Amino acid sequence: MSEVLEVGISAELAQKIREHGVETYPYECCGALLGRDLGLTENAVADKKSHSVSREVLSLFPLVNRRDDSPRNRFSVTADDVRDAEKTASAQGLEVIGWYHSHPDHPARPSDYDRDHAWPWYSYIIVSVHTGVPQDMTSWRLKDDRSGFLEEKIAPMKVSAAN
Amino acid sequence: MSVKVMIPTPLRAYAGKRDSAEFSAATVGEALSGLTSQFAELRKHLYTEDGKLRAFVNVYLNDEDIRYLAKENTPTKDGDTISIIPSIAGGSFAR
Repeated sequence: MSEVLEVGISAELAQKIREHGVETYPYECCGALLGRDLGLTENAVADKKSHSVSREVLSLFPLVNRRDDSPRNRFSVTADDVRDAEKTASAQGLEVIGWYHSHPDHPARPSDYDRDHAWPWYSYIIVSVHTGVPQDMTSWRLKDDRSGFLEEKIAPMKVSAAN
Repeated sequence: MSVKVMIPTPLRAYAGKRDSAEFSAATVGEALSGLTSQFAELRKHLYTEDGKLRAFVNVYLNDEDIRYLAKENTPTKDGDTISIIPSIAGGSFAR
Protein backbone atom coordinates (compact mmCIF):
# COMPACT_ATOMS: atom_id res chain seq x y z
CA MET A 1 0.00 0.00 0.00
CA SER A 2 1.41 3.36 -0.92
CA GLU A 3 0.93 6.01 1.67
CA VAL A 4 0.72 9.75 1.17
CA LEU A 5 1.56 11.82 4.19
CA GLU A 6 -0.19 15.13 4.33
CA VAL A 7 -0.48 18.06 6.70
CA GLY A 8 -3.03 20.79 6.12
CA ILE A 9 -2.28 24.39 7.07
CA SER A 10 -3.89 27.69 6.16
CA ALA A 11 -1.97 30.31 4.18
CA GLU A 12 -2.32 32.59 7.20
CA LEU A 13 -0.63 30.18 9.63
CA ALA A 14 2.04 29.24 7.07
CA GLN A 15 2.78 32.96 6.72
CA LYS A 16 3.08 33.28 10.51
CA ILE A 17 5.74 30.57 10.51
CA ARG A 18 7.64 32.41 7.75
CA GLU A 19 7.35 35.69 9.66
CA HIS A 20 8.67 34.03 12.82
CA GLY A 21 11.67 32.79 10.82
CA VAL A 22 12.30 36.30 9.49
CA GLU A 23 11.89 37.86 12.93
CA THR A 24 14.53 35.63 14.53
CA TYR A 25 16.92 35.58 11.52
CA PRO A 26 19.87 34.93 11.53
CA TYR A 27 18.89 32.70 14.43
CA GLU A 28 16.56 29.74 14.28
CA CYS A 29 12.94 30.12 15.30
CA CYS A 30 10.84 27.30 16.69
CA GLY A 31 7.33 26.57 17.83
CA ALA A 32 4.63 23.95 18.23
CA LEU A 33 2.00 22.97 15.67
CA LEU A 34 -1.37 22.57 17.39
CA GLY A 35 -4.10 20.77 15.55
CA ARG A 36 -5.84 17.50 14.94
CA ASP A 37 -4.61 14.21 13.63
CA LEU A 38 -7.37 12.71 11.53
CA GLY A 39 -5.70 9.34 11.19
CA LEU A 40 -5.76 7.13 8.15
CA THR A 41 -8.38 8.27 5.68
CA GLU A 42 -9.33 6.62 2.42
CA ASN A 43 -7.99 8.58 -0.48
CA ALA A 44 -10.78 9.26 -2.92
CA VAL A 45 -8.49 9.57 -5.91
CA ALA A 46 -8.10 7.02 -8.68
CA ASP A 47 -5.66 4.71 -6.92
CA LYS A 48 -7.84 3.05 -4.31
CA LYS A 49 -4.82 1.41 -2.75
CA SER A 50 -3.32 4.70 -1.69
CA HIS A 51 -4.27 6.41 1.53
CA SER A 52 -3.70 9.83 3.01
CA VAL A 53 -2.64 10.24 6.58
CA SER A 54 -4.31 13.56 7.12
CA ARG A 55 -3.80 16.02 9.88
CA GLU A 56 -4.40 19.70 10.16
CA VAL A 57 -2.61 22.55 11.87
CA LEU A 58 -5.15 24.88 13.45
CA SER A 59 -3.02 27.03 15.72
CA LEU A 60 0.62 27.83 16.45
CA PHE A 61 2.46 28.09 19.73
CA PRO A 62 5.66 30.08 19.07
CA LEU A 63 8.48 29.25 21.45
CA VAL A 64 11.76 30.80 22.48
CA ASN A 65 14.88 29.10 21.17
CA ARG A 66 16.67 28.05 24.37
CA ARG A 67 20.00 27.50 22.64
CA ASP A 68 21.98 30.65 23.31
CA ASP A 69 25.32 28.96 22.56
CA SER A 70 24.60 28.24 18.90
CA PRO A 71 21.26 29.74 17.90
CA ARG A 72 22.16 30.15 14.22
CA ASN A 73 22.15 26.43 13.59
CA ARG A 74 20.46 24.87 16.59
CA PHE A 75 17.17 25.18 18.37
CA SER A 76 16.06 23.65 21.59
CA VAL A 77 12.73 23.54 23.36
CA THR A 78 12.70 22.36 26.96
CA ALA A 79 10.43 19.69 28.39
CA ASP A 80 8.63 22.48 30.29
CA ASP A 81 7.98 24.26 26.98
CA VAL A 82 6.64 20.99 25.58
CA ARG A 83 4.31 20.64 28.56
CA ASP A 84 3.16 24.26 28.13
CA ALA A 85 2.46 23.58 24.44
CA GLU A 86 0.49 20.45 25.35
CA LYS A 87 -1.55 22.33 27.96
CA THR A 88 -2.27 25.16 25.50
CA ALA A 89 -3.33 22.66 22.85
CA SER A 90 -5.53 20.79 25.29
CA ALA A 91 -7.24 24.03 26.39
CA GLN A 92 -8.16 24.61 22.73
CA GLY A 93 -9.40 21.04 22.26
CA LEU A 94 -6.35 20.31 20.11
CA GLU A 95 -3.12 18.36 20.45
CA VAL A 96 0.51 19.00 19.62
CA ILE A 97 0.87 17.35 16.21
CA GLY A 98 4.35 18.61 15.48
CA TRP A 99 6.93 21.34 15.55
CA TYR A 100 8.29 23.99 13.24
CA HIS A 101 11.69 25.58 13.00
CA SER A 102 13.71 27.63 10.55
CA HIS A 103 16.98 26.90 8.77
CA PRO A 104 18.70 30.28 8.36
CA ASP A 105 20.69 30.33 5.08
CA HIS A 106 20.25 26.59 4.63
CA PRO A 107 17.80 24.44 2.67
CA ALA A 108 14.50 23.35 4.17
CA ARG A 109 15.68 19.78 4.56
CA PRO A 110 16.15 17.92 7.84
CA SER A 111 19.71 17.45 9.04
CA ASP A 112 21.21 14.41 10.75
CA TYR A 113 20.93 16.43 13.95
CA ASP A 114 17.20 16.85 13.33
CA ARG A 115 16.90 13.09 12.84
CA ASP A 116 18.77 12.26 16.04
CA HIS A 117 16.39 14.46 18.04
CA ALA A 118 13.07 13.48 16.49
CA TRP A 119 10.24 11.14 17.25
CA PRO A 120 7.99 9.55 14.67
CA TRP A 121 4.37 10.68 14.28
CA TYR A 122 5.18 14.37 14.81
CA SER A 123 5.15 16.63 11.74
CA TYR A 124 8.32 18.69 11.49
CA ILE A 125 7.84 21.80 9.37
CA ILE A 126 11.03 23.53 8.27
CA VAL A 127 11.18 26.94 6.63
CA SER A 128 14.34 28.06 4.90
CA VAL A 129 15.23 31.74 5.41
CA HIS A 130 17.94 33.08 3.09
CA THR A 131 19.48 36.46 3.85
CA GLY A 132 16.40 37.29 5.89
CA VAL A 133 13.92 36.30 3.20
CA PRO A 134 11.70 33.21 3.64
CA GLN A 135 12.06 30.58 0.94
CA ASP A 136 10.86 26.97 0.81
CA MET A 137 8.68 25.41 3.45
CA THR A 138 8.65 21.63 3.80
CA SER A 139 7.26 19.11 6.27
CA TRP A 140 8.73 15.79 7.39
CA ARG A 141 8.02 12.77 9.52
CA LEU A 142 10.62 10.47 11.03
CA LYS A 143 10.58 6.91 9.68
CA ASP A 144 9.67 4.16 12.13
CA ASP A 145 13.21 2.78 12.03
CA ARG A 146 14.77 6.26 12.60
CA SER A 147 16.81 5.88 9.39
CA GLY A 148 15.59 9.17 7.95
CA PHE A 149 12.57 11.33 7.24
CA LEU A 150 9.66 10.99 4.85
CA GLU A 151 8.56 14.24 3.28
CA GLU A 152 4.89 14.98 3.73
CA LYS A 153 2.77 17.13 1.51
CA ILE A 154 1.76 20.54 2.84
CA ALA A 155 -1.86 20.98 1.79
CA PRO A 156 -3.28 24.50 1.80
CA MET A 157 -6.42 24.87 3.92
CA LYS A 158 -8.86 27.71 3.57
CA VAL A 159 -9.98 28.11 7.13
CA SER A 160 -8.02 28.14 10.33
CA ALA A 161 -9.30 28.11 13.88
CA ALA A 162 -8.83 31.18 16.02
CA ASN A 163 -5.19 31.60 16.90
CA MET B 1 3.85 -2.49 43.57
CA SER B 2 2.24 -0.97 40.54
CA VAL B 3 3.64 2.00 38.66
CA LYS B 4 1.83 3.67 35.79
CA VAL B 5 3.82 4.80 32.73
CA MET B 6 2.13 7.42 30.58
CA ILE B 7 2.88 6.84 26.91
CA PRO B 8 3.26 10.06 24.88
CA THR B 9 1.01 10.42 21.83
CA PRO B 10 3.80 10.04 19.20
CA LEU B 11 4.80 6.66 20.64
CA ARG B 12 1.35 5.13 21.14
CA ALA B 13 1.46 3.52 17.71
CA TYR B 14 4.25 1.31 19.07
CA ALA B 15 2.32 0.44 22.23
CA GLY B 16 -0.92 -0.95 20.85
CA LYS B 17 -2.37 2.59 20.81
CA ARG B 18 -2.43 2.62 24.61
CA ASP B 19 -1.97 5.87 26.48
CA SER B 20 -0.59 4.19 29.60
CA ALA B 21 0.59 0.88 30.94
CA GLU B 22 1.16 -0.41 34.46
CA PHE B 23 4.14 -2.36 35.65
CA SER B 24 5.32 -3.91 38.84
CA ALA B 25 8.61 -2.09 39.43
CA ALA B 26 10.84 -1.00 42.30
CA THR B 27 12.67 1.66 40.29
CA VAL B 28 12.01 3.95 37.33
CA GLY B 29 14.49 1.88 35.30
CA GLU B 30 12.55 -1.30 36.02
CA ALA B 31 9.30 0.32 34.92
CA LEU B 32 10.87 1.56 31.68
CA SER B 33 12.39 -1.86 31.16
CA GLY B 34 8.92 -3.36 31.57
CA LEU B 35 7.59 -0.90 29.03
CA THR B 36 10.23 -1.60 26.41
CA SER B 37 10.02 -5.36 26.99
CA GLN B 38 6.28 -5.35 26.44
CA PHE B 39 6.50 -2.93 23.54
CA ALA B 40 9.86 -3.61 21.94
CA GLU B 41 9.31 -1.18 19.07
CA LEU B 42 9.34 1.69 21.57
CA ARG B 43 12.87 1.03 22.67
CA LYS B 44 14.76 2.69 19.83
CA HIS B 45 12.82 5.92 20.28
CA LEU B 46 13.72 6.11 23.98
CA TYR B 47 17.21 4.63 24.10
CA THR B 48 20.37 4.92 22.01
CA GLU B 49 21.97 1.79 20.57
CA ASP B 50 24.28 1.59 23.58
CA GLY B 51 21.34 1.50 25.94
CA LYS B 52 21.34 5.05 27.27
CA LEU B 53 18.23 7.19 27.44
CA ARG B 54 18.31 9.56 24.47
CA ALA B 55 19.42 13.03 25.52
CA PHE B 56 16.17 14.63 24.40
CA VAL B 57 14.01 12.13 26.27
CA ASN B 58 13.04 13.38 29.72
CA VAL B 59 11.54 11.09 32.32
CA TYR B 60 9.50 12.36 35.23
CA LEU B 61 8.48 10.46 38.34
CA ASN B 62 5.22 12.17 39.25
CA ASP B 63 6.38 15.79 38.63
CA GLU B 64 10.10 15.34 39.31
CA ASP B 65 12.70 15.03 36.57
CA ILE B 66 14.60 11.82 37.40
CA ARG B 67 17.88 13.56 36.44
CA TYR B 68 17.55 15.42 39.74
CA LEU B 69 16.65 12.27 41.66
CA ALA B 70 18.59 9.03 41.23
CA LYS B 71 18.03 8.84 37.47
CA GLU B 72 16.89 5.36 36.43
CA ASN B 73 17.71 4.01 39.89
CA THR B 74 15.09 6.30 41.43
CA PRO B 75 12.91 4.13 43.66
CA THR B 76 9.20 3.98 42.94
CA LYS B 77 6.26 3.32 45.22
CA ASP B 78 2.81 1.97 44.60
CA GLY B 79 0.65 4.41 42.66
CA ASP B 80 3.49 6.47 41.19
CA THR B 81 3.17 7.82 37.67
CA ILE B 82 6.03 8.06 35.21
CA SER B 83 5.80 10.52 32.31
CA ILE B 84 8.02 10.65 29.24
CA ILE B 85 8.38 14.14 27.76
CA PRO B 86 10.64 15.02 24.83
CA SER B 87 12.73 18.15 24.59
CA ILE B 88 12.44 19.30 21.00
CA ALA B 89 15.69 20.06 19.24
CA GLY B 90 17.03 20.38 15.77
CA GLY B 91 19.19 22.46 13.53
CA SER B 92 20.33 23.09 10.04
CA PHE B 93 23.80 21.59 9.81
CA ALA B 94 26.53 19.92 11.81
CA ARG B 95 28.79 22.08 13.92
